[in-house]
Amino acid sequence: MIEVKNLYFTYPSGVEALRNVSLEIRKGEFVAIMGQNGAGKTTLIKHFNGLLKPSKGEVLVDGVNTESVSVAKLARKVGFVFQNPDNQLFSETVEDEISFALKNFGFKDTPLRRRVTWALKLLGLTEYRKASPFMLSGGERKRVALASVLAWDPEVVVMDEPTIGQDYSQKEKLRQFIVQLNMQGKTVVVVTHDVEFVSECNPRVILMSGGEILADGFGKNVLTNIELLTQASIVPPQVTEIFMGIKDLGFPVDIIDLYEAKELLMKRLGRK
Amino acid sequence: MSVFDGLKFRRVSSPIHMLDPRIKFLYVCSIFVVAIVFFELLPLLVLFLFQIPFVILARVQREWVRSLRGAAFLASIIFGTNILFRFMYAGYSLTANDIEYASAMTMRFIALVESFSIFFLTTSPDHLGLALEKSHIPYEFCFAFTTAVRFVPVLAEEAQTIMDAQKARGLELEKGNFLKRIRNYIPVLIPLIISAIRRSLELAEAMEARAWGAIEKRTNLYSLKMKRNDYLLVLVSIFVLIIGIFVRFYVSIPTLSNLLGF
Ligand SMILES: Nc1ncnc2c1ncn2[C@@H]1O[C@H](COP(=O)(O)OP(=O)(O)O)[C@@H](O)[C@H]1O
Ligand SMILES: [Mg+2]
Repeated sequence: MIEVKNLYFTYPSGVEALRNVSLEIRKGEFVAIMGQNGAGKTTLIKHFNGLLKPSKGEVLVDGVNTESVSVAKLARKVGFVFQNPDNQLFSETVEDEISFALKNFGFKDTPLRRRVTWALKLLGLTEYRKASPFMLSGGERKRVALASVLAWDPEVVVMDEPTIGQDYSQKEKLRQFIVQLNMQGKTVVVVTHDVEFVSECNPRVILMSGGEILADGFGKNVLTNIELLTQASIVPPQVTEIFMGIKDLGFPVDIIDLYEAKELLMKRLGRK
Repeated sequence: MSVFDGLKFRRVSSPIHMLDPRIKFLYVCSIFVVAIVFFELLPLLVLFLFQIPFVILARVQREWVRSLRGAAFLASIIFGTNILFRFMYAGYSLTANDIEYASAMTMRFIALVESFSIFFLTTSPDHLGLALEKSHIPYEFCFAFTTAVRFVPVLAEEAQTIMDAQKARGLELEKGNFLKRIRNYIPVLIPLIISAIRRSLELAEAMEARAWGAIEKRTNLYSLKMKRNDYLLVLVSIFVLIIGIFVRFYVSIPTLSNLLGF
């Protein structure tokens, strides 16, 4: 679906934000890109829909080099949800906001309305259809932004820091939503430095630091490798920390899943 | 954005950065006067070269080059229109003098941009505000001015992010006829304006929380004091001004094409 080959990117200001990054994201995959602030995560994903073009190397989306097509063309396939919804909301009503992209992509009356209704329902925003997006709460604005992208049903959904500024229950709902999207066959790429969030979805984890990829693999392996995490300035999930603390009792340390942790402990305690 | 980048202050410690902003402003003014009294290429070229040591002394060569590159577009328009008018005025013919005149007008613009960019590249917004304050301008205005200067790069960056966000939703800024193109900017302008308003409200709250305007007479953390280099720059500025005016009135300036023997 998305192929990145030996990608280098330098901003006009001279900051070298990506150095020799290669990766492949297959159809239907669920990928989390992690790393500290300034690691180059946002810069990397902006290459997926052509907002940035490689200084060196290449990026292919469905086999097409991003260099040769417009952002609008790529965006039809790769939906991109920005970190801050306030960077995109501008319409008088939530409905108009969601229609914006659909109009840009040439959807006409009936299919357009059908899709708006569908997206509103998908994110539980139906009652806000005629409300002004500026009057909504932070979490709701974020959902409007997400709906405005999902409305055109892109094959890939890329989200930059979706959990920032959300309270725990909102985050949990969002997580379930994202997992569901992925289970329905959508390719999902999430940028985050929220380890708990990642450990609970268990996606493929790509760890970045200083513009390079440090590791790429199962969450279970990456998030329990202290050496890698230290290098990327990330602390392991709390469950993992517990198991690292009690490894003398003969527990494994590569635990990130709460359910698995519970099973292990119950077994040790002699309960079923 | 590159024009802004060419004027954006960066903290460097250099003799030029340490100068009193008021004196630097005096210097810019004298360069300005000299630049507009000359119509000949030679003195304007000298004026341009004369300022290069300042750039090097301030170690802002890279930013300076960027500001010149930003000005290149306007400079080429100035050059083009001058050539065009000369061409039409002289009955559709061009001489070496006409080209030299157009070059002189362009060089005048470049020398001015150069002096402004030296000023803005080496003067921190704080110092600028302080200089305004010391010139007996009410503090409210000084504060508004420095805040505005400080927010320009922030807003420029924000505008870029907003443009990216809308492009990611299929907005094509370059599409359509002239009117349509202007309309295309609405989805960029609205979030930008809203965020600027939100930002200023937050700033106002933060300022009030820190007792802004609680007492009439406030003190400053930094004070401006004239030092040796400042007096030196005063002398240089006056010198430039006098030489410029003297040459204007008492010396006949050869054209470059004469000198080179065309
Ligand atoms: N528009 C820009 N211009 C110049 N440098 C930038 C720009 N955006 C990001 N950078 C720099 O690129 C590096 C990577 O940034 P970014 O991709 O935003 O990191 P992350 O999303 O992982 O926090 C940082 O050093 C940052 O300062
Ligand atoms: Mg980022």
